Amino acid sequence: MNLLETLSHTVPATGMFANAWWMIAAPLLVAAFLLLAGRVADAWGHFVAVAAVVFSFSIAACLFGEMLGRGAEERAVESTLYTWFSVGTWTFDVGLQIDQLSILFAMLITGVGSLIHIYSIGYMAHDERRRRFFAYLNLFVAAMLTLVLANNYLILFVGWEGVGLASYLLISFFQHKKSAADAGVKAFVMNRVGDFGMLLAIFTMLAMFGSSKFSVVNAGVPEMPAIWATLLGVFLLLGACGKSAQVPLQAWLLDAMEGPTPVSALIHAATMVTAGVYLVVRSHVVYEHSMIAQTAVVVVGTVTLLAGAWIGTSQDDIKKVLAGSTMSQIGYMMLAAGIGPAGYAFAIFHLLTHGFFKANMFLGAGSVMHGMHDDVNMRNYGALAKVMRYTYWTFFCGYIAIIGFPLTAGYFSKDHIIEAAFHYNVVIGLCALIGAGVTAFYMTRLMFMTFWGKQRWQPGVHPHESPKVMTLPLVVLAALSIVAGALMNWWIQTWLEPAAGNHPHEVSLIPTPIGLLAIAVVAAGVATGWYFFGRGDIPKVAPASKNPFTLVGRNVLYGDQLNDAVIVQPTYALAAASDATDRHAIDGLFDGLAHGFGGLSTQVRKLQTGYARSYALTMTAGVVVTAVVLILAHLA
Amino acid sequence: MNTMLMPLFTAPTIEFSALAPILIVFGAACIGVLVDAIMIGRLRGWRDEVQMGLVIGSTLGAFAYVVWNARKGVKGPLAMGSIMLDGPTYVAWGALLVFGLLAIMVFRETKVNGGVTAFASSAATVPGSAEEVEADRYRLQQTEIFPLALFSIVGMMVFASANDLLTLFVGLEVFSLPLYLMCGMARRRRLVSQEASLKYFLLGALSSAFFLFGVALVYAYAGSFKLGDIATKMASPTYGSGLLYTGLILLASGLLFKVGVVPFHNWTPDVYMGAPTPVTGFMAICTKLAAVLATLRVFYVALGAERWSWQPVFATLAVATMVLGAVAGLTQRDVKRMLAYSSIAHAGFLLTAVVGANQTDLGRTPSSVASILFYMIAYGFATIGAFALVTMVRNEAGEDNSFAAWSGLAKKSPWVAGIMTVFLLSFAGIPLTAGFIGKWTVFASAWRGGYGWLVVVAVLASLVAAYFYLRLIGVMFAGEPAAKSYVGEASGWTWVPVAIGAAATIILGILPDAVLSMVSSLGAFLR
Repeated sequence: MNLLETLSHTVPATGMFANAWWMIAAPLLVAAFLLLAGRVADAWGHFVAVAAVVFSFSIAACLFGEMLGRGAEERAVESTLYTWFSVGTWTFDVGLQIDQLSILFAMLITGVGSLIHIYSIGYMAHDERRRRFFAYLNLFVAAMLTLVLANNYLILFVGWEGVGLASYLLISFFQHKKSAADAGVKAFVMNRVGDFGMLLAIFTMLAMFGSSKFSVVNAGVPEMPAIWATLLGVFLLLGACGKSAQVPLQAWLLDAMEGPTPVSALIHAATMVTAGVYLVVRSHVVYEHSMIAQTAVVVVGTVTLLAGAWIGTSQDDIKKVLAGSTMSQIGYMMLAAGIGPAGYAFAIFHLLTHGFFKANMFLGAGSVMHGMHDDVNMRNYGALAKVMRYTYWTFFCGYIAIIGFPLTAGYFSKDHIIEAAFHYNVVIGLCALIGAGVTAFYMTRLMFMTFWGKQRWQPGVHPHESPKVMTLPLVVLAALSIVAGALMNWWIQTWLEPAAGNHPHEVSLIPTPIGLLAIAVVAAGVATGWYFFGRGDIPKVAPASKNPFTLVGRNVLYGDQLNDAVIVQPTYALAAASDATDRHAIDGLFDGLAHGFGGLSTQVRKLQTGYARSYALTMTAGVVVTAVVLILAHLA
Repeated sequence: MNTMLMPLFTAPTIEFSALAPILIVFGAACIGVLVDAIMIGRLRGWRDEVQMGLVIGSTLGAFAYVVWNARKGVKGPLAMGSIMLDGPTYVAWGALLVFGLLAIMVFRETKVNGGVTAFASSAATVPGSAEEVEADRYRLQQTEIFPLALFSIVGMMVFASANDLLTLFVGLEVFSLPLYLMCGMARRRRLVSQEASLKYFLLGALSSAFFLFGVALVYAYAGSFKLGDIATKMASPTYGSGLLYTGLILLASGLLFKVGVVPFHNWTPDVYMGAPTPVTGFMAICTKLAAVLATLRVFYVALGAERWSWQPVFATLAVATMVLGAVAGLTQRDVKRMLAYSSIAHAGFLLTAVVGANQTDLGRTPSSVASILFYMIAYGFATIGAFALVTMVRNEAGEDNSFAAWSGLAKKSPWVAGIMTVFLLSFAGIPLTAGFIGKWTVFASAWRGGYGWLVVVAVLASLVAAYFYLRLIGVMFAGEPAAKSYVGEASGWTWVPVAIGAAATIILGILPDAVLSMVSSLGAFLR
């Protein structure tokens, strides 16, 4: 065992761990199969897709069980599948790292992924491109697992781009709608900015350490100059911002709701958008060596948690409310991850519970839309609690979980973050507290507008409960939304300690003063929600408002306009200028070059006369010239 | 009295077991020659099957023998030092047998041609004569193409492993003569095919003359044909080095002619285009592989001490070859001709590693020999597959190789266009294909040999060359489907080599390590 292996505390893959790559291979192969099989598989292809994800889940569960049975020192497993190629001091390995952190992700991705696949059987039953949809979903699962199971940043990046591709394909799945196609492009382009950061980070690692392996990078960071650690941290944060829709790269997430609802639940709530948090926690050694980068993470997280909550308060589209909420909750995770060793475990804890309750609510929203002829405007809902019993109760579980009702999943995970934030800095703590209040407000608003109050259904719409194949996953996720927090509260910190480098804290059921304060703020938020939306009728059309808060929220914080003014218009101007330069200067050069090569090529063709005699002459001349040159060179 | 008892003639010792791979294929070729004479009457219909059985049996048998011998670790000079059995020989023999078999499988294809092969029924008839018409009408198909190809493989195997200059020359002629014939045997456009054949023969004869002259001069210098002896002699020369340099250049010209290096490349476009496409596929990889191996052996083993003299010469030729291949390829409008220029460019890329003469196997970066062997394996699978696909795009009159006919191919046959794309990307050296790893290894060898500037030129040339590969992909996927051409239905004789080629191209791009470490571990040339 060499030094690096000792540092990373990993053991070689044996037994079940040697087969871990099947987790990725199975959905990938099925995705390829479904895309290539053609119409033959239309009737039954989606069942194969479901089976692949369930298969991956069972492997993940077995690995998790085996890990539980091992001592803490032997839990992290690293296996190099093969070396792609190596040259000089650079080696490009393809390897997996299954440790306490990645196995939790694998369980979340495949577990929630399985439920959402099953749900999609019902949701996409009447779509003629169902086979393709399931192929993309499987592709996503494979890519996401690659992202979290990789043992180096290069393979992580392969997964990173893979989920980006799957996300793009699925956002614009209803490609006949221009809005969906545009949203896909928008998500893809904005993610490129983040990917650029990722690439810079990887290049930095290769230049500094000659490898992008987690173990090598972690061992090397303490030795590197502070400025490089800061740059590396900022590059990684840029990547995380793109993927996790954090300010300033947040604008794509709301448009991404154009995708089918199961996609929003899986990719844009539970898994992919949390990849940024994973990245920051995975790179915790980098952030621990750069105060500036760490602070940047905290600021980004705090700003986003408030911005997302703000957006959530004033949207009428049920999915966009949830999308704003997702942004906000990921902001909490980022904040926790930026706090340092005190927060890593809480970031992952909240990520997991959020994965359950947000997937639950997205699928619930999908179920509502299913019953409402795909209408997403909450002003046309109301009083759905009576007609959609399962959807209502499961959604209610998600609701109390997200606002942090005592003893639900969100209560445990979010409270820890707020508390840690207060210990870190009072201002940040207050922001996190305000966020919790606003969350309670907009979620209460959503509940009143959708499930409670009076019915405001469009003529001809007869809401009905969704089929069992859709409600069953809802029930499972609702149960997890309630109990997952209590299950993991006393366990997750010690579990994650070897992988995430966090410092476990004592946790108890008796609320601290800050915890009590948080409960009070949440209660105030709920009361405010009731005050504005629970007492009277809700107008069918959003009332004209001069309230700047409302206007800014309705316009998604003017994110698009801001992007337009700050980035897009200058970019257009730059593009126009460079286009002019391009046409007149560069094109001239390259066209000249191309013409030059073309002309050269035409001249060279003329040498190919077709006459054997001229060929023979060329050969002979070649021999004579080279021989003479060689001999003369030696005589000289 | 004692002197009377001394034998006047020493019986040569022949290691039959070690030489068995060559002998098996040679035996099968000899039997194949008899097939047309013996199998007449009712047996006539079985000729193809018997010939193909001989080809498959002998190549696979010989391949198994190669693997078995390599596993046993049999190494050293054979047949009184005229053949050298070492690591590169094993790889070259194995590759020649596999590529030979795959290429010959395409010879057997009849379905795509409407029930006949791509070869003239009776190649000896005058084009347009009554005899030709009669042979065609009664389908009096002769099957000499199969034993010819086997003889050619035998020659190539000897050529790649020859340890003295005379054996090298014998190998050269044994593989060239059948090739000249095979080039002239096209069923359609026979005059073009025969013209190509004659050109190839005339220029080949000229280059053989150069080569033989070079052999004579080097013999005059060293007093021996043996590569090892020549190397020894260089330490204590009897004559001035003028003999050696002239001989060296003449030897190089003969060898590089077969590789297709500028200025000895002129035959390539004309012959590749005129020859029947399956034969072009066979030549494009097998000839090049054998010739590169022979070049390496002669220049590394015999003339290694003179590397400071020949390295600059080869570097110059490499630049000329890469640039000419890449630039001339730009304006081609014919797929086969484009592939011919592509093969010239690839000869230049290979030559960079020859120039590098990187012998050490530091770390995990392969030596020059290992990287060239890998490159040839990677290039070979894609080449055979690409030429096999070329046979499938047709019009009323037969194969149609013009870009116009390939336009919009993806809409007619996504499989043909898709697999062709894989091959083209590999030729261009795009990552995750075998071509990328191949290019990477040869360029790394050149770099490590101290020829950084050559690598820069090579990368720029690959950039230019990438344009014409990508253009064909563009034509296939974005072009309007051509009205007059169609994709012929092919049988397994075409599809199996294509599928193996495509699979190998992708696998070697993603999992190159097994093959890379095999070519590295088999080591360098023995002396």
